[in-house]
Amino acid sequence: MWREEAPPALDAVHEILGSHERDPGELLQVLIKVQHCYHYVPDGAVALIAEHLRVTRAHVRGVTGFYSFLSDHYLGEYVVYCSDNITDRMQGSTGLATYLCNRLNVKLGDTRADGRVSVHYTSCTGLCDQGPAALVNGLAVTRLTRLRMDLIAELINKRAPLGTWPSELFLVEDNFRRSDVMFRRSFEPGAALQAAMRRGGDDTLRDIQHEEAVDPSSGHAWRRGADETLKELYRSDLRGRGGAGFKAAIKWETCRDISAPERYVVCNADEGEPGTFKDRVLLTTYTDMVFEGMTVCGYVVGATRGILYIRQEYWYLKSHLEEVIARRRDANLLGRNILGTGFAFDIDIHWGAGAYIAGMETALIESIEGRRAKPRKRWPLPVVAGLNRRPTVVNNVETFAAAAMIALKGGAWFAGHGTAHSAGTKLFCVSGDCERPGIYEYPFGVSVREVLRDCGGLDAQAVQVSGPSGVTITRIEFDRNLAFEDLSTVGTFMIFGPQRDLFDVVCNFTHFFRHESCGLCTPCRVGTSLLANLVDKVAAGKGSPMDIAEVERISQLLKTTAHCGLGQTAPNHLIDSLLKFRAEWDKRMVTTDFVPAFDLDAALHEARQLTGRDDALAHL
Amino acid sequence: MASKRKIATCSLAGCFGCHMSLLDIDERLLDLLELAEFDRSPINDIKEIKGMVDIGLVEGGLCNAETVRVLHHFRDHCRVLVSVGECALTGGIPSMRNHHSLKACLEESYIRGVGVENAHIPDDPELPLLLDKVYPLHEVVTVDYHVPGCPPSADALWHVLSALVAGRDPHLPPALLKYD
Repeated sequence: MWREEAPPALDAVHEILGSHERDPGELLQVLIKVQHCYHYVPDGAVALIAEHLRVTRAHVRGVTGFYSFLSDHYLGEYVVYCSDNITDRMQGSTGLATYLCNRLNVKLGDTRADGRVSVHYTSCTGLCDQGPAALVNGLAVTRLTRLRMDLIAELINKRAPLGTWPSELFLVEDNFRRSDVMFRRSFEPGAALQAAMRRGGDDTLRDIQHEEAVDPSSGHAWRRGADETLKELYRSDLRGRGGAGFKAAIKWETCRDISAPERYVVCNADEGEPGTFKDRVLLTTYTDMVFEGMTVCGYVVGATRGILYIRQEYWYLKSHLEEVIARRRDANLLGRNILGTGFAFDIDIHWGAGAYIAGMETALIESIEGRRAKPRKRWPLPVVAGLNRRPTVVNNVETFAAAAMIALKGGAWFAGHGTAHSAGTKLFCVSGDCERPGIYEYPFGVSVREVLRDCGGLDAQAVQVSGPSGVTITRIEFDRNLAFEDLSTVGTFMIFGPQRDLFDVVCNFTHFFRHESCGLCTPCRVGTSLLANLVDKVAAGKGSPMDIAEVERISQLLKTTAHCGLGQTAPNHLIDSLLKFRAEWDKRMVTTDFVPAFDLDAALHEARQLTGRDDALAHL
Repeated sequence: MASKRKIATCSLAGCFGCHMSLLDIDERLLDLLELAEFDRSPINDIKEIKGMVDIGLVEGGLCNAETVRVLHHFRDHCRVLVSVGECALTGGIPSMRNHHSLKACLEESYIRGVGVENAHIPDDPELPLLLDKVYPLHEVVTVDYHVPGCPPSADALWHVLSALVAGRDPHLPPALLKYD
């Protein structure tokens, strides 16, 4: 284990702090920069950061301890995080991680004695369609093989700077396999915004530009355009794409109608649900559409500030996103005078630091405010008192993309696709056992079978719809429809072929939730741990029917008493598995009697060694 | 009236506080004895359960081979097994040693401790051998009911016992589960 010999020079910390205001809300962004610079948050930095941002040291340490990609001890010059989603495992990730550790001569989780490297697991990195994946110093590497691990180990051992590594390692493909009406054509930047402002009549945009009101939002033409755009959003019946399906128009209107000195537009690109990667593709190829949807939202609700909260797994998109924002500012599509109308709106990027819970909207707001991503009480709702306790629209990346298209093409156009209660199209992230994993756009209402047919995965024994927190679909359910009326989904579609042991899937998901529970409420903090222990016990061949009964009891408890959606949905896969794949559990029941998870006699081993005893009473 | 219910109790890695709390049911003990009789228990100093008993109350967690044997004996001879108090439910105070290795604990007490003479780790075969960690009861046998508290109040114990003796499922009301 590597030990710090002398505290590092803190010049870089001073420099980082110099570029941030003395606002506690900057804490997480500062810590991310410090982590990237030092590969940990040194003790000396904690004191400086606490002083500069006017927070306590305990708070700085508390935030550091919360996020997976922040560390209080040195992780090495090269930090490798291997993605540990079930889809990565199915592509051989565990063997590859061990292989890499062996090549580097380092123990998983430890920093090598020379301080060069450490290798860790992390939750799904959103590259399931081109896994196994890993992050090296924050940058995604894809399609890992032994050959690639050899190359990575060699580059690390000879200390090659990341910039000189072969670019094919970092190649991330869109794999956009099927497009429908939303993503068939490329998006013209500014088109949706102009259309929105013209909604009040052909000349509205010109009228808005000529209104000489100091505050443009008091102008009539301005308001007409915003009102009409909101009406189009109502006509479209757009429902949130993050999974819950709340109607976007209601959210926007509520935010607009609450009197407040400031309001915000937040785009949720945390995308932590294992098996989900549509936001990655949208922010890569349809970036303008997403930013334009946020800007249209700002126009409609009267916000001047938009924030893209994006998971750090997508750090490789940083320069691309910054370029698009800069280009849009140059084109007057962001900034103080959008399209010459005096409408001011700008977008900042806030990075996450490895926390699934941050995708939960109130936790996300806490994270933007620089704290641990813990969910708030849900009254008031964020739309009433969100970021900085001001009205805040939080929508998913895909929702904003859809909003841009609705502003451009109208609500009726959008509502003409999909089903009665699920208007429009949806992106599905297809991964696992199929011939063509990737992104598929379908109108809502498509059947599971149709998706499986198109991606070449019809021999599947099960599909996990909407991620570990979603629902497990068996063969006899393949004709069910993907829509809010039947299988509502964030878009995740993980396929498990006939060769898979579905109990491995259960183990992976259960451990995922144990790791990602934020610890706020006892049912979730303790419950997810107990469930992981019980599943491990069954996996180790020590399970009895009593243990299954305990899994069922704790699952129900978690579902009904957890504070937020994470805990409430954490046992879904267990409940489904016990209901639909009971045989996978039963075949692991070797005893009808309860047996301990540990070996009782082995528990006396240490005492036997210490006392030198080996008599009959020294055994159990 | 049917024959009396039989009750057995014991204290494992506990402090007997739960038993003190049981005695705190005061004159209700007489009501209890109308309906039940005590088999093995520190209260009457009977050492072994003979035959089967209806209700077994176990205080304390598992810290050594002896506690495991007693617990197995209770599980085998009690129709209903109740774990009583914090130590039985979670390991409690004794389980604070779980943060350290057994070696570190024993060396601290018997080798490096203040005033230790003839320093060595006790190895007399009469002494029960310590487990590597302190375990709660339900990790080693199935437990039918858990009564939390440190100790559970006399009212809580009376509530559970009177229900079990009457053949009912005990459900502690919130007032008896509230500790502040």
